[in-house]
Amino acid sequence: MFGLRYLPDVVTLELDLAACTGCGTCVTVCPHEVFELVDQKIRFRDRDACMECGACAINCPDGALAVEAGVGCAAGIISGALRGTEPSCDCGSDDSSCC
Amino acid sequence: MWFFRRPSYGRLESGKRPGMMFRPIDRRYSEKMKPCCTPPSGSSDAGPAPSSGRESCCCGPAPQPAAVGDSKCACTHGDLPGVPPWQDGTVPTPVGPVPRVATALGWSDRLGGWKVRWGIGRGSYRVPPGLYAAGSPGPSSPVLVTANFKVSFDRLRAVLGGIDGWILVLDTKGVNVWCAAGKGTFGTDELVRRLEAVRLAEVVDHRKLILPQLGATGVSTHRVEELSGWRVRYGPVRASDVPSCLDSGRLHVKPEMRRVTFTLAERAVLVPVELVLSFKYLLAAAALIVLLSGLGPGGYGLQRLGDAGVRGVVLLLAGWLGGGALGPLLLPWLPGRAFSVKGAWVGLALVLAALLPLWPGPFANLAEAGGWLLIIPAVASFMTMNFTGASTFTSLSGVRREMRLAVPVQIVAVLLGLVLWTMGRFI
Repeated sequence: MFGLRYLPDVVTLELDLAACTGCGTCVTVCPHEVFELVDQKIRFRDRDACMECGACAINCPDGALAVEAGVGCAAGIISGALRGTEPSCDCGSDDSSCC
Repeated sequence: MWFFRRPSYGRLESGKRPGMMFRPIDRRYSEKMKPCCTPPSGSSDAGPAPSSGRESCCCGPAPQPAAVGDSKCACTHGDLPGVPPWQDGTVPTPVGPVPRVATALGWSDRLGGWKVRWGIGRGSYRVPPGLYAAGSPGPSSPVLVTANFKVSFDRLRAVLGGIDGWILVLDTKGVNVWCAAGKGTFGTDELVRRLEAVRLAEVVDHRKLILPQLGATGVSTHRVEELSGWRVRYGPVRASDVPSCLDSGRLHVKPEMRRVTFTLAERAVLVPVELVLSFKYLLAAAALIVLLSGLGPGGYGLQRLGDAGVRGVVLLLAGWLGGGALGPLLLPWLPGRAFSVKGAWVGLALVLAALLPLWPGPFANLAEAGGWLLIIPAVASFMTMNFTGASTFTSLSGVRREMRLAVPVQIVAVLLGLVLWTMGRFI
């Protein structure tokens, strides 16, 4: 069994421990339990589980987290490459009438 | 690729979070289309709502401005245009009547939800952004925020039976919460703008908002508080957990309700749209196979279309279904971590299953068999690789890394395979 684990040692998530005030917001917003709060500081519990959604970084009031967030989507990367833009899976943002 | 996952306030309903879908041509907001309640497109700082208030509102003509003063584009005061089946009267508020939602899903809601899973009308399956009521909420009732993708909205209202609360629907252009948060449309700026537009501060006496946890990718709690004074609390990932989290009157979310899963059922609902969206490429590939199958000694032979051609199309179909359906379904049990590797295994298994029992039969030609041994795993590999967009756990960096190797290998395998297969008929 290989489970639902993606590639190891690849994510861009970085933690600036000096800036962290231990508020724990990142623990709350992370959908994959990447962080844990120990002694008023955040540390990685499972960094390889990160999917680079970026929720922790934009919700960190201390600016202690950084990640190159984006769509982990092959089709998005291909379409971005073809259009010369960032990867973007423009799924639903259809034309059809608004609202 | 992207699309829906379930359940949540819309979490994957339309695709994976950032991304699930892929539209080769960006057709958003062509000139002739009126802007929706918010200015075009992802830009977070898009200016104020359209200045002309009434007629620019996308929610249909005459949003009953008399009842609500200058409501900008709050969109949902009074009865909605046409009074949709999911509206159940209105609730009076200091800013005018607000539509009340039915908390039971009807036949049309279920049919609509099923259709978008098959890619039918997905982009326009929306509800008007704005404020709604569930039950008989008052000034102290909780405010739940969701996206205007109707599947997300339906998931939320369907669990609110017996709960009095407000629902604030952001304009996410019909995209589910997670995807929209990844794009920034379910984001800080839209939230702050929408709070203003519906004059929520006049409706409730508290300043607390409950957002689906997966909205955190687009919404910055501290920024929202700085900009508007409202405090954001993140609720559970799945809408179905909302009632138990609200039970005690205060929001209490168990850790497991904050975790994203990707169960067999969650994967299975995402398969149809993947197949639908890739179908046109399958047709093109099948046409190429049929066309090439006519080549052989003595020139182009039509009789070969029904022989090598049909055989090829059947194999191609197996690779497409294997990589697009079996790969996602068997995901945790396939060897390898890269999706392209998992898909290649499925393709290899299928092509061997097709070749070996018939051996020597129609595949006696080694070159032809070798050709398919290259092509089908490559096709399946590509299909499963595309499922990264629908998955709940793949990172951009990871997908980039696997594609750097996988895409060149897939291309070479297909080209080499086509050459071998065609040459086989000349030997």
